[in-house]
This record gives sequence, C-alpha cells and structure tokens, in this order.
Amino acid sequence: MGWEMTASLVVFFALAGLAVIGAVSLILQKHPIHSALSLIVVMVALAGLYLLLGAEFVAAVQIIVYGGAIMVLFVFVIMLLNAGVEEQTSISKLAGPPGLLLVVALAGFVTATIVRTTAGVQGSSQTGAMASTSGISNMLFRDFVYPFELTSFLILVAVMGATVLAQREKP
Amino acid sequence: MSAILSANAELIITIVKIVLLLFIVLTVDAYLTWFERKLVAHIQSRWGPHRVGPHGLLQPLADGLKFLFKEDPTPAGVDKFVYFLAPLLALALALTSIAIIPFGPEPLRLFGREIYLGIAPPDLNIGILALFAITALGVYGVALAGWSSNNKYSLLGGLRSSAQMISYELALTMSVVGVLLMAGSFNLTKIIEAQGRHPEWGFLGWNIWPQILGFLCFFIAAIAETNRAPFDLPEAESELVAGFHTEYASFKFAMFFIAEYTSMTTISCLCSILFFGGWLSPFPASWTWTHYLPSVVLIPFGLWVIWDGIRYETIFGRVILPVVGTAITALGAAFVLYPGVNEFVQGPFWLLSKIFVFLFIYVWMRGTLPRFRYDQLMAFGWKLLLPISIVNVIVTSFVILAKMQWGGK
Amino acid sequence: MVPTNYYIILSAILFGIGVFAFVFKRNIITIFMSIELMLNAVNLAFVAFSQAWGKLDGQVFVLFVIVVAAAEAAVGLGIIILIARNRQTLNVERVDLMKL
Repeated sequence: MGWEMTASLVVFFALAGLAVIGAVSLILQKHPIHSALSLIVVMVALAGLYLLLGAEFVAAVQIIVYGGAIMVLFVFVIMLLNAGVEEQTSISKLAGPPGLLLVVALAGFVTATIVRTTAGVQGSSQTGAMASTSGISNMLFRDFVYPFELTSFLILVAVMGATVLAQREKP
Repeated sequence: MSAILSANAELIITIVKIVLLLFIVLTVDAYLTWFERKLVAHIQSRWGPHRVGPHGLLQPLADGLKFLFKEDPTPAGVDKFVYFLAPLLALALALTSIAIIPFGPEPLRLFGREIYLGIAPPDLNIGILALFAITALGVYGVALAGWSSNNKYSLLGGLRSSAQMISYELALTMSVVGVLLMAGSFNLTKIIEAQGRHPEWGFLGWNIWPQILGFLCFFIAAIAETNRAPFDLPEAESELVAGFHTEYASFKFAMFFIAEYTSMTTISCLCSILFFGGWLSPFPASWTWTHYLPSVVLIPFGLWVIWDGIRYETIFGRVILPVVGTAITALGAAFVLYPGVNEFVQGPFWLLSKIFVFLFIYVWMRGTLPRFRYDQLMAFGWKLLLPISIVNVIVTSFVILAKMQWGGK
Repeated sequence: MVPTNYYIILSAILFGIGVFAFVFKRNIITIFMSIELMLNAVNLAFVAFSQAWGKLDGQVFVLFVIVVAAAEAAVGLGIIILIARNRQTLNVERVDLMKL
C-alpha cells in the first residue's frame, strides 16, 4: 500500500475513530442517557463522513432528522420514563464474551467478502456537482416517486399509531 | 517561514476570521444586553442602567465581572457530565451558526488574496440547511440542562421548552421553503442575489412582498425557537422558578445567556438575508448618491455624541464620550474621502442596519407583549403556523409553475 | 482520496457493534438505540457506494432509510412507553411473561 497521509485520510480516520468510540461508549455506559449521547456523537461523526464523501444534502438531512428529531425523541422518552441505571443479570454477563467473538466473526466475514469483491474500486472524484439537491430531488420525484408517496403514507400511519399508543387510558 | 505561511494561508486566514468574529459576536451580545435593558426600561418609563459608565455603557463589563467572580455551586445529585455539557453545547451551537452567514458581497483584497466576509465559503451549497441542522441540535442544550439538574421544576421547564422548540422548528423550516423555491438554491449568497435581480426596483424586489406570509411565520416561529418573549413561559422569572436554568449559577448561566442572545442575532441576520434583501440597498442602483448614506448617518451621530459628552455629568463621561464621538465622525469622514472603501462598506452597512432593526423589534416585543400560556403556545404552533406555512409553500409553487408555463412562451 | 473499502470496513465494524449491543444490553431503550446504530452503519455503506459508482441512487435510498427509521422510532417508543407503564420496568428480562 503506498498511500500517503493526505488531508482526506486524516479527516477520515479522525471521524471514523470518533464514530467507533461513540459506538463502543454506547455499550459501555450504564445510564441510558449517556448511551443516547454517545449515539448522537456517532451520528454527527457519520454526517461528517457523508460530507467527506461529497453527499452534502444527505449529511444535512442526517443531522436534522436523525440527530435533531429521532434522538430528541429518544432523549425525551428516557427523561419521561425516568430510566435509571440498568442492572446486569447473570445471564447477560454470560452472553458477553461469546457474543463478542460471534460479532467479530460476523463483521470480519462481511468485510472480507466485500473487500475481496470490490478491491480496487476507488471513489470517483467529488460528486459534489452532481450530488446537489436538484440531482437528488430529480431522482426522488421522477424515478422514485412511488416509494416517496408510500413513505409519506407510512409516516402518516406511524403518527396515528404513536398518538393512539401513547394515549392515557380512559378511566 | 513565509513558505509555511503561504502554503497554509487559507487555514491561517480562517483562524484569524474565526477569532475576530468570535470577539465581535461576544461584544455585540454584551452590548445587546445593555440595549435591551435600556430599551425595555424606556418603554416602561424608567431609565435603565445609567450609573455604571456614561449612559450605563459599562454595565455589560460590570455584569461580566460579576459572572466571573460569583460563586458557582454544583448541586448535589446532578449527573456531572451532562450538567457541564449542556451549557457548553448550547453556547457552541449558537456560536457555530454565526459562521455560516455572509456579511458582504465584496471580498477584501489583502496580500494578493481575496478574503470574503464570513467564515463559510460563499459557494457553500447547503448554506441554510446547515443553519437548520445547527438549530435542530440546539434542542439538546435545553433538554439536557433541565434533566441533569436533579430538580423537578427544571425538568418540567426543560421538557416544555424543548417541546416548544421542536414544534416551532417545523413551522420555521417550512416557512423558508417559499424563499428557497424563488431563489432556486440553499446558498445564502445566491438568495440575496436572486432578490437583486432587478437592480432598478430597489426594495420592491425583496422577498418580503411575495412572501409576506412566509416572513410572518418565520419571524414568529423564530421568536418561539429562541425562547424569547412572548414565548418565554418555560424560562420566565415568575413561572417555574427559572425553568431549565434554575440550578445553573454564574458562569454556566452566562453561557446560556450568551447562547440566547447569539441565536437572537443569527435569526435577525437570517430575516434580513432571506426576506429583506441582505446587503442590497433599498434604493435603486442608479441612485448613486445614496452611497453616501453611511457617512450621512455616522457623521451627525458622532457629532451628537461629542456634544452630549462635553456636557455629561461625570468626569469619566466627559473624557470618554468625546473620544468615541470623534472616532465615529472620523470613520464617517473616511468613507467620504475614500470612495473605494465606501463601495466596500455599502453591503455590510445595509446588512448591519437591517439586523439592528430586527434586534430592535425583538426587544420591543419583549417590553410590550404579555406571555402565551403553554397550551396556547403549542396550539398556535401546530394548528395555526404550520398550516399557514404549508399553504404558503403550495401557493408559491403554483405561482412559480404558472410563470414557467405561461411566462416562458 | 479515501478508498471505498475503508468506508465499508467502518460500516461493518459499526454494524457489528450494533449487533453486540442488541444482544448484550438489557434496557429496552438501549436495545432500540442499537437498532438505530445498525441502520446508520448501513446508510454509510450506501453513501460510500453511491460515491464509488458516481450515481445518486444510494443517497436517495439513504433518505428512505432515514424516513423509515423515523417512523419506526415513533411507533417503537410509543410501545416502549406502554410497556413501561404496564410492567413498571425497562428491563427486557422482566417483561418476559412466557418464561417457564
């Protein structure tokens, strides 16, 4: 491998390190609110990686929707339910090391397969000009208009479902 | 040495710009508190701060010193990490949002380089979307502050405040879509240029006329988003103790305070840029005599400050005020004497004037209007503002489509 | 230029950590968050390949994944609130009525 440390590589490793640290912190933290904060760190790091890949609109949507709405919902629920420090029972402690091994095997297998088949696929130069919002919206409203309408219907159903589920029981 | 400097010139210029802008924004925030206290006081028929320095102008300095020297207790039973993180997060996000705003069209030409006014490059394709992303993350500062304080009232205040911010965020983003449709880009510079398409129309080409509904929605939603009066129930002094920042003492409270004023300034910048033409002059471009307006404003103001200063009651005022007045007059005179500098200053002058007008309206509303009750607030956001902003988007798209269909022939 | 494989390896690592958190943690909300982590890892793979091939399909699909994750989070958290109300606990092992 003859790569030199260009600026993109430095930024990539910094953001990737941040994402992995956040993900590991999700597991290691005892209180759910700290896990939620770690997940927010992961999402912001991923948004940075999307920017590095030239996907500006997706990065902004990731922060607005995932980091600014979905995770806020998680944080609200944790606060409302007054979730305390979680306890570890004996069974879950037993499942730790074998689970770790299996996960490493899974991740390693996926990585090896993909790397072997796509070795040498170098990213094309910055798709910034093409990845503009107009390009994405063209695709969204021309080629993918049917899934788009279906997802709006899905959100409507989800909103109705959540409203019904969280209602107080009628006395 | 000079080789390293020229290789990393962009980085060094950006760092200098960041430090300078940080300094300017913090000073503006400090004097915004003075301005608010003076204006609200005059609305309420009293004087406001007028003892600390001439006309109370050193009051922000005294407040800053107070914040530094006051005891900063940490309540028992708080979640230490989150307790210290919340004000940091609020302040960092508020200050980051200033980085995206362009302050002038013309770049400075120094050392053979072009330096644009504003930290983000002028071709940032997702300008306003990045601002919304930062606003969306701003909810965390409030929610985490309320929760980590180990205090029921803080938790209630924090939850109410963050629920309010999320609700009005929707109306905020939808009301801007009309402007984006008309400009065809997220880039703030292009939005301003789209309003300047007909330089002879002056202020008639601004986005406020076709988008009056969008502007009203945006302004009201922005006031609710920044938790300012009349939407400040979750943090008002007579309600819920002090809401989510009850348990925060001197310096941490100052961080929330600065974050609130900075987001107020950012929203004023956004209002001016999106709806009122940003750095465009309200006069038609052919009226070049209007280019002397900065000097016409500054020179009489400086002379008035000098005249007021030599008759001031304290010796300190009699020394300082004439000096400040002379500086302002000299600045105004410099603009007359150097036409190149005058052309450069036109853009920032108009933008800063509009920002000042919006800050004035913000403080005016605080001094005049009563508060919304919480359920009235939420009903207003969801049942009135959001449908109006959606209707605005639909009508704007129909009009643009109609223009494309029949205007293009 | 960062090779695409680096992004894929990172995506696989994040996905693996998500799976581990899903199996190991006992708090319902944390398990739900690990699902979001897995979805994010997959999004990263989508965007990386979208840049590699120079097409925008990957990014459009990421938007759909984000929307579906939002809908799922809303309904899922509603269910979690109901479970917490009925069983007064957030530990998955206590909610298990089918235990022998």
